Amino acid sequence: MSADDTTPPNASTPTTTSPVVVALAWLLVGVPLLYGLWQTLVKASALFTG
Amino acid sequence: MSRLDKQAIVAGPGYSRWLIPPAALAVHLSIGQVYAFSVFKNSLVESFDTSLTAIGWVFSLSIVMLGLSAAVLGTWVERSGPRKAMVAAAACWGTGFLIGSAGIASSQLWLLYLGYGVIGGIGLGIGYISPVSTLIKWFPDRPGLATGMAIMGFGGGALIASPLSNALMAFFDGDFVSTEPGAVASGSALARTFLTLGIVYTIFMLIGATLVRVPPGHGDDATAEHSPGTNGALVRASQAIRTPQFWFLWVVLFCNVTAGIGILEQAAPMIQDFFRENGDSSVSAAAAGGFVGVLSLANMLGRFVWSSLSDRIGRKPTYIMYLGVGLVLYLLLALFGSSSTAVFVALAAVIISYYGGGFATVPAYLKDLFGTLEVGAIHGRLLTAWAAAGVAGPLIVNGILDSVGEPGNLVAADYRPALLTMVGVLAVGFVANLMIRPVAESHFDTDAHADHEQRSSNRQEATR
Repeated sequence: MSADDTTPPNASTPTTTSPVVVALAWLLVGVPLLYGLWQTLVKASALFTG
Repeated sequence: MSRLDKQAIVAGPGYSRWLIPPAALAVHLSIGQVYAFSVFKNSLVESFDTSLTAIGWVFSLSIVMLGLSAAVLGTWVERSGPRKAMVAAAACWGTGFLIGSAGIASSQLWLLYLGYGVIGGIGLGIGYISPVSTLIKWFPDRPGLATGMAIMGFGGGALIASPLSNALMAFFDGDFVSTEPGAVASGSALARTFLTLGIVYTIFMLIGATLVRVPPGHGDDATAEHSPGTNGALVRASQAIRTPQFWFLWVVLFCNVTAGIGILEQAAPMIQDFFRENGDSSVSAAAAGGFVGVLSLANMLGRFVWSSLSDRIGRKPTYIMYLGVGLVLYLLLALFGSSSTAVFVALAAVIISYYGGGFATVPAYLKDLFGTLEVGAIHGRLLTAWAAAGVAGPLIVNGILDSVGEPGNLVAADYRPALLTMVGVLAVGFVANLMIRPVAESHFDTDAHADHEQRSSNRQEATR
């Protein structure tokens, strides 16, 4: 096993993964989360208006 | 070697570590549904023609199974790797919904206990710990941030599931309007909602399992390079539970969760009771519902914000804040909470953000104490504190409140004994946190420690 194979990743490790794939993965979880956040904010607003 | 094995999911050169948090979130957002189970309560009570307590047991059972399965299967999860664990979690969580759906459709409550409570609960436990160890290995420089992102998803899952479930029940039952007080969906609509959620969550979790990878060099535990704890500790799970540090941290988590549940359990009636004069509350039922929403947001954000902060200020000081500042805030809530709704909401929101933060920061604390060797398995064992607090918290609060009356018809002073009890609980946790010291060398795994020393020495030689 080469040294590179065992080097722990860090912030400066270069990546070859397409940024589009990373963006799609975050969209997949981000969209439902934003939907949940929005719905909760609407519900929470009743505290100040209700 | 199957495609699920750890050896099969070693990241190739250049695989972005920023794909791992969404993989973890796909799992945690799905299993976080459990905290939205209450949206089904009224409809389930009607459908099974049973008591609220009997339906409440479904949720309690799933949380107890979460703690037990995380403890018992933690080592298996650690050795099998995140993909196999995520697939197992998806299978259990999805199957739990499907069996639950069959139970509702056939009016067999025991099937709901078995499906959602037991099998689904096992899925919760496996799913909860499945990405934790992997995240810490991918983000050795920011473990608090990494696990905070995933465990924030568990809080966020309930925010999604609550409106989604209401929308599904309304879709399958045209007469169901979730905003109407006491609205109940038909048994058929409930069964279809469970079926739909089971399928959706299974697919979502399997996408997470497809995305996840272990870092280069971590395909085989025996040859992997593990990050030691702050004093060089690399400790196996079987040894970790023999250290005082594990049990002090168990007490810390238990106390933090118990105190948080003290507010979460009674949030809506509590805010109305705090502002009740001459029998009438100045806080409407809708505003009380809004307060529950504010707490949900604080719970979710606290998981990410405070856990990320812990990377900068250290784990012990972070828990000093959760328990020490939390204790003072609880005291202020008990004594001055009824002075204004703004003060009450602000105090409660910060307290609940600490509750969420306590969950999210604990894996990084374990990493600091025991290293990454079996941190996932150790985390699994520690989660028994959550299961215990899930039983003890409501017992303490309800026990004290029952002696003065029924929540929803009380006044601020009636809550003081329960809140002051929680101040005591937090004080115990605060002391336990102060007692945590680095793990003694006698607990280190000899082979893993020697291997790490050898690799460090080789690296130093190479750079000379």
